[in-house]
Parts: sequence; C-alpha cells; structure tokens
Amino acid sequence: MDGHSTYVPKSGFARWLESRLPILGLAHSSFVSYPTPRNLNYFWTFGAILSVMLAVQIITGVILAMHYVPDSKLAFDSIEHIMRDVNYGWLIRYLHTNGASFFFLAVYLHIFRGIYYGSYKAPREVLWILGMIIYVLMMATAFMGYVLPWGQMSFAGATVITNLFTAIPLVGTGIAHWLWGGYAVGDPTLNRFFALHYLLPFMIVGVVVLHVWALHVVGQNNPDGVDVKDVKRDTVPFTPYATVKDMFVVCVFFVIYAWFVFFIPNYLLDADNYNPANPLVTPAHIVPEWYLLPFYAILRAIPNKLIGVLALAAAIGLLVLLPWLDTSPVRSGKYRPMFRFFFWLFVICCVGLGYLGSQEVSASATLVARILTLGYFGFLLVVLPVLGLVEKTRPVPTSIADAVLPKGAAAAE
Amino acid sequence: MMTRLKTSLLAFALLVAGAGFAAAQEADQPKPPRQEWSFHGVFGRFDQAQLQRGFQVYREVCSNCHRLSIAFRTLEDPDGPGYSEAQVKTLAASYQVTNDEPNDQGKIFQRPGTPADVFPPPEAFPNDQAAAAALGKAPPDMWLLAKSRKYERGFPWFIFDIFTDYQEIGSDYIYAILTGYTHKDDPQWNLYYPGHKIAMPAPLQDGAVKYTDGTPGTVQNYAKDVAAFLSWAAEPTMVERKKIGFRAIVFLIVLSVLMYLVKRRIWADAH
Repeated sequence: MDGHSTYVPKSGFARWLESRLPILGLAHSSFVSYPTPRNLNYFWTFGAILSVMLAVQIITGVILAMHYVPDSKLAFDSIEHIMRDVNYGWLIRYLHTNGASFFFLAVYLHIFRGIYYGSYKAPREVLWILGMIIYVLMMATAFMGYVLPWGQMSFAGATVITNLFTAIPLVGTGIAHWLWGGYAVGDPTLNRFFALHYLLPFMIVGVVVLHVWALHVVGQNNPDGVDVKDVKRDTVPFTPYATVKDMFVVCVFFVIYAWFVFFIPNYLLDADNYNPANPLVTPAHIVPEWYLLPFYAILRAIPNKLIGVLALAAAIGLLVLLPWLDTSPVRSGKYRPMFRFFFWLFVICCVGLGYLGSQEVSASATLVARILTLGYFGFLLVVLPVLGLVEKTRPVPTSIADAVLPKGAAAAE
Repeated sequence: MMTRLKTSLLAFALLVAGAGFAAAQEADQPKPPRQEWSFHGVFGRFDQAQLQRGFQVYREVCSNCHRLSIAFRTLEDPDGPGYSEAQVKTLAASYQVTNDEPNDQGKIFQRPGTPADVFPPPEAFPNDQAAAAALGKAPPDMWLLAKSRKYERGFPWFIFDIFTDYQEIGSDYIYAILTGYTHKDDPQWNLYYPGHKIAMPAPLQDGAVKYTDGTPGTVQNYAKDVAAFLSWAAEPTMVERKKIGFRAIVFLIVLSVLMYLVKRRIWADAH
C-alpha cells in the first residue's frame, strides 16, 4: 500500500502549508489516490454510511443539548419543549432518535459483511478489534441516550441495565451504587448519563480515526478475499470510483432514513416512553431498543442471573476474538460452502433472538431462545474453529483482476 | 447438496418465525380495530372541524378529571384546530391560572389566563395526589396520550406497518377504549383495556355534548373526534413534518437516481 501518495501541491499556499504540515497530502493519499480493490460490492459502502451517520448524530445531538435539561424534574418536559416550541426541534429530535437506529442498522450490516467475507483475518485483526471497540462504545452511548428523555422506559431500562452489575459477587452492589450516584436510579444518574452521552461520541470519533488508519495500512478486504498483488490491475483510486459509489449509496440510505423520520418517526420508539418516569410504576413489559434485543434475549434465556450476565458479556466479547476463533486460511465465504450455510444459520439465530427479546416471557419462547443462544455460541465456539480444519474450500482466484475482469480483458491489460 | 442446505436453512427460518407467531397469538385480548383517520398517510391532514368538536368534548367531559398540558395559543395552529386569536384570548381568559411569581405583597395569586399560559389542572384536582385520593388512580395528563398508548401489533403486522405508514396506533387505542364499554351493568368493564378492569368509568353517553355543526351526538362520534383532537395535541407538528417529509423524500430519490447515473458513467471504463 506504500507509495500511493502522488500528491503534488499546485498553489503557492498549498506548497507553503504542505512543507509545514502535510495535511493536504494526508487527505489526498487517504481519500483520493487510496487504492480500493476493483471487485468491491455494495456491502463495502457501509463505512461511508457510518461516517455520515456519526456526523449526523453529533450535529443533531449538539443542537438538542442546547435545549435539553438534564434534571429528573425537567428532562421530560424539555424534550416536549423541543418537539413543540423549538423551531424544527421535532426534526432534529426525530433525526437523532431514528439516526441511532439507522446507525446500528448500518453497523450490523457492516459487521455481518466482515464476518461473511472474513475481513477480520490476518492482517486485519487490529482493524477488527478497533471496530468492536466502536461497537461497544456505540451501545453504551445509545443506552445512555435512551435514558435522557426520562420516560417510563428510560427509567426502567436504566434500572435493568445498571442492576446487571449487582450480579457480580461481593462488589456488584457497590458498583451499582457508584454508577447510580445513590441507592437507586435518580437525578445524579441522569446527570452523569448526560455528561457521558455527550462525551462518548467524541471517543467514538477518536477510535474511528484509528479504525480508518488501520484500514489504510492493511488495505481493504474484498469479496474474493485475495490480497492486492498488482495495484494497477487490481485496484481503482478511491476518488472518483469509491467516492461516487459511496455518495450514491448514502443517498439511497437517506431515502429510507427519511421515510422513518418523516412518516413513522415513533415506530422504533416505545410508546411507554411518552409517559414521564415514575419510580412507583414499573412498565408491564420492559424492552430495550431493537438493536440490543438479541443480547437481552440471551440474558433472559439463562435462569441464573450471574451466568446470564456473563453470557451477555461473552456474546459481545467473543466477537472480538473472531480472528483467532476462525481457523480457516480462506477469507471469503464465497469460497467456503459449509461456512456459508452456518453463517446464515448464525444470522437466523441473531434475528430470532432479537424477535424473542421483544416478546413477553413464556415457556415456549424461553425454550426457543435457549436453542438460539446455543446456536449463537455454537457458531462462534465450535463451528468456526472446527470448520477451518475439516471444510473443503473451493479454489480461490489468483488475483482480484482475474476474479472480476473478463478473461480476455484481464490478459490484454 | 447446496439445495438441500438451502432448504434446511429456509425450514429453520420458518420454524423460528412460526414459534414467534405462536407466541404472539397466545394473548386473548381483542385488538382495537383500525379506524379511518383524515391524518393518516403521506398526505394526511387534520380535519379542522373534527378537532374543534374534539376540543369541545375534551372541554365539556374529559377536562373534569384530566389535565392537558398544552398552551392555549397552540389552538390557533392553522394546521390544527385553527381558532382565531380573539377566540383563544377569550377562551384563555375564561380560566383562572396560578401566577408563577408572587405579587408585590409576596403572595402567589390567581389571575385570568392568557394565550401563553398552559391549561390549568382540573379545578377539583390541583395535583395528581388529590386526584388519586379521590378517584383511586390519578387520570393521566392527556397531552401525550395519543403517543403514549399502544397495543401489540404482533408478527407479521409490525413489519407491514413500516410500509403502510401506520402511526395511528394510539388514536385507534383511544377510540377503542372510549367505545369499549360493552357491559351495560359494569361501567368499569372495557373490552379493549388490558385485563378489562379500567379505573375510568364510561365517560361518554349519547347526547352528552351538543355539537353545533349538525354532527350527530353519538358516543362513536365523540370518541372519534376527541381521539383526533388528542392526536393533534400529542403531535401538533405532524402536518409540517409530512409536508417537509414529502419534499425531502422526492428530493432524495431524484438525487439518488442522478448519483446512480454518475456512478455508472464513472465506472463504465473500470470493468
């Protein structure tokens, strides 16, 4: 990947700046001349979508923070003040609440893409781990953001999630009290969640910079999972090829996002969160936001609280270890028929767990949730390690150009 | 081999979906039937006359027990009830509100309302505790009722709702509750309330409110009108949202098509 910075400053100012701070050259080598494999499909556009969504969340979030009051007596009304009295406040808030969901939608497609095409395999382990750190930070940020409107579900969600820490022996209750800033979820909790909800997105930005940096060191994976051998034949420059493709996909993504924001803005929100928080009334049916539902289902599927919490942590933690759990030398699922079958089973397990997490507890639902939980962990702990040893993979193309260009054209070039 | 794998995948997916479907069917609670609303859909708008009738029902019936924490001035909303400035001034002045600040003698005092004030709580119940003491349970503030009430849509309807733009769950729920008092001998039995025992006894009777525009004074009409009014009260910016939304989506679709054409042209020489 070295030597692709072909930047030559044109104006006098650019030459002056470049000799003092080579930032233009950095931008040029990162977003203009950066070689991208020519066989990338549309699943490789979620990086751009996620960057845009992060920016949308930060911009709308900063505006909301100008009007929001982090006080347990005023928070709920301040949200309604934004919705009714602030100019276009409803737009900013709906962009932000639905933006969180679309951010997660994109990140899940991005992660599943990574698993399907083996994007976590050497030399991209650090890139993958940084991505997982971003994902965990996103979950923490989203959870704390959900608490801020101080509705019934905010309060119940904050109570349930922070209570998970009480499962830890000896120190658990102490940790919960320390998180709450008291003996129950209350005003101090709301205040610190607001402070952290404002802080964490900027930490996400920091890790995103590292994520992109790591990406640009090792280069992008691609649908065929073979390394770039000849930059000229196997790649196209980021600009205009990837930029224009990313811009097109961002527009399409925004059409769907706009449909939710403008026409079903409360579809993804729980109606109960339009009731102000009341510690004396517990909602009949506590559900987290959809993007946390699979983990919630795993937690509820396990009868022992401590083991449930550990399983919840393991469900996320094991994803970090994917580069070492998957023993197959072949990256792309395209050339691994058995892996593909189990991958889709894994996807069904995740979606099924998500659905069950939204449903009330019943004997049959718990049974299915347990089977799917076994499927989830079975994929990570049994299927991936074993498959690499026993699977017969299909032959991998010798180069990216051979995989995509018509036979004659590839030879002629 | 591959077809067999694919078939078993599909079978497993259907099994999981079936289990979810069965779980959703277990409840015996009847679901509120869907109503026709003028504000449904991409071009949905509030029906001004209906909102005014609904407000009348609120004022003459609901407001005896329920507060409505919206400002008088919002009733002037041309996309909403659309009362004139003079009408709202008169209406506000007919209420006594408690001033936020003390007067120059240091006393908190009552004064006639202005359009900037919020509807005061019902006279009989200055706060939730007073209401709970008298009624057993405090009646909820009605400003967000149409957004804070729901019923379970269940699989697969919750997926269709995305495409059919169904966002009147709360409105349908309110209508169903108000028309769900089907046991004549028990005023607190409600067909649609979870568990059927509702704290609020049947609030509406035929002829209880005299409409001035010739609309028949039936419980169904009162329920429909007040549910529409509460839908506006819960989201007074809905019409503005739908107007901007339509333009935004048309713009984004056109932009997407243009971007696609540019993309195709740029990539034409890459393959």
